[in-house]
Amino acid sequence: MSSREKMLAAIRQAKPELQALPARIAFGEAPDDAVLQFKTVLQAIGATIVEVGTFEEVRAHVCESFPGFSNVAVTVPELTDLADFSLSVTDPHELEHINLAILPGAWGVAENGAIWLSEVQTGPHRVLPFITQHLALVLPVSRLLASMHQAYDRIRVDETGFGVFIAGPSKTADIEQSLVIGAHGARSLVVYLMDEPTSKS
Amino acid sequence: MKPIDHPTAATAFNQDEPYVDWHDETLWFVRQKRDRAAMALPEWEDLREAASQIKNHVLSNLDVLLEQFEANAQANGITIYWAADALEHNQTVLRIMQSVGAKQLVKSKSMLTEECHLNPFLAKNGIEVIDSDLGERIVQLREEPPSHIVLPAIHLKKADIGKLFHEKLGTEKGATDPQYLTEAARQHLRETFLTRRAALTGVNFAIAETGGFVVCTNEGNADMGAHLADVHIASMGFEKIIPRAEHLGVFLRLLARSATGQPITTYASHFHRPRADQQMHLILVDNGRSTQLGRPEFRNSLKCIRCGACMNTCPVYRRSGGHSYHNAVAGPIGAILAPNLDMHENADLRFASTLCGSCSNVCPVKIDIDKQLYLWRQVLAKDGYVGGVKKIGLQVAAKVLASPTLFNWSFRVGRGVMRTMPFVVENRLNPWFHDRELPAAPKQSFREWWAKREKQEGRENKQVVGDKQPEKTPFAQL
Repeated sequence: MSSREKMLAAIRQAKPELQALPARIAFGEAPDDAVLQFKTVLQAIGATIVEVGTFEEVRAHVCESFPGFSNVAVTVPELTDLADFSLSVTDPHELEHINLAILPGAWGVAENGAIWLSEVQTGPHRVLPFITQHLALVLPVSRLLASMHQAYDRIRVDETGFGVFIAGPSKTADIEQSLVIGAHGARSLVVYLMDEPTSKS
Repeated sequence: MKPIDHPTAATAFNQDEPYVDWHDETLWFVRQKRDRAAMALPEWEDLREAASQIKNHVLSNLDVLLEQFEANAQANGITIYWAADALEHNQTVLRIMQSVGAKQLVKSKSMLTEECHLNPFLAKNGIEVIDSDLGERIVQLREEPPSHIVLPAIHLKKADIGKLFHEKLGTEKGATDPQYLTEAARQHLRETFLTRRAALTGVNFAIAETGGFVVCTNEGNADMGAHLADVHIASMGFEKIIPRAEHLGVFLRLLARSATGQPITTYASHFHRPRADQQMHLILVDNGRSTQLGRPEFRNSLKCIRCGACMNTCPVYRRSGGHSYHNAVAGPIGAILAPNLDMHENADLRFASTLCGSCSNVCPVKIDIDKQLYLWRQVLAKDGYVGGVKKIGLQVAAKVLASPTLFNWSFRVGRGVMRTMPFVVENRLNPWFHDRELPAAPKQSFREWWAKREKQEGRENKQVVGDKQPEKTPFAQL
């Protein structure tokens, strides 16, 4: 008998009587002010949040915050002029020199500051939001949801082969519980929350 | 090889009192962060209840969910393996490595691979493993196991890590700044991520409905490893399966808040299909889990989502350290999972508890950890796993407690001894006295005081003060 058959047989023998799944799996009230909650949480988890009205404002803020940065990769169609790094390479290892990546966010979650990206947003390289030294995400306010329950209502997790919730810059507290921002992923995260219908993109 | 038992290891840990106080306070700080995060959500208890019910369903429907997961994952292009025990898991990893000719593996946090002792197995077979979580890398460089499932190096002070990194990574001598040390590890491991062709990750949740799996990290190390490697291997205990993606809403709201007090981990990565040029393998591991599933009183330990909240709150864990549990998973949950791997080798762990129940109160999936510890004591006692002195003591206690006459007499004698000759009890030969100060013994017992008072007030009642056998009282009510 294969291990598969052995394990399944052992489980069938051992498992208890079927227990029903809970009828309700979404809880909590929507916040009075989702934008305020999102901003507060993002700041608490070490991200910078900038409210903007146009892509021009994003452009201006990027130029001011990351002056003279080279190796900038962009997957936001409206901001491709900021890019000097082409993502049309085949080997993801070539992304190791990227200093700044600017990506769109698909959905934001007010309760925890998480932003969902799938391969639609990351483009051809899944590693992009992790390997870049600094990360900027552009999220329309209309894409802000109250909690993870609403997020999983909207997201099809297998729409592409990979998707991720990103909440803040990479961090660790593995040395004496001292929080250090910038572990293996991005050293910083700036979120541009755009209060403007982005239908023109 | 028999490990050093918990009381012996805990005694050694307690030699340095300021260090123990620091360890205790550091973990209590994490517990307080968890409390603040939990209390910020009015729906916290509803979430715990839903999580518990989802996991109960999973355990009752495991075979169906696993087959569903397997079919969907295979359709997604993930190769699925079934491993009945640790050895089969390790051999599977080795075979995958050999099939692609890879000699080096970068690994993100996986308690399962600790449980299976994968690293030494691969080392023996010529494969070098580098752990990429900072805490795990630290303990790996020290050649010791993690002492906590979420905070692997929580037992170390920054000076220890500074010294270690100076020796192994060439950082400045005497440097202890966490920012500087973390940066050194970032540089060192970035090189690793960029040069390894194979990556192994753990699995926090696998989704039956969609055939994908979720990995949560704060550092981004799992993603750096997996997305840069040609081969991604994921190892999971089969109980990590959940029915549908929407259930992640419940679990991801609970996991990080319970673990560290964060609202969510920095990264919650959902893997469904390999990249075009990549292989993705997933190993489903039993290793004693189906046995545990067959034990009605103990099966719900398999609901664990490995948040570590029970460790941070445990007064015994905080003051004895993770290594004293000699098991991949330490703390209260480790003590009830360990018998699964070796019931008798780990028989001491059921006593690494005060049965205070704090672990069960913080558990996000409502595992009755303290009750199980109590039940394991009984199961193992029946198997004869009780020390000789303790056995005699308990036999004497049973006799004394069964007879009111003997009870009254022994306590009168006991009080006399404690008042006049305290050294008989308060000495180094009495293990109970090692970490305790006994209160001063009163001159009279409550019974005697009551009898005297009733007599003075002329309400003498022989029924109360006498030694006549009262109606049989069940032990539980005493």
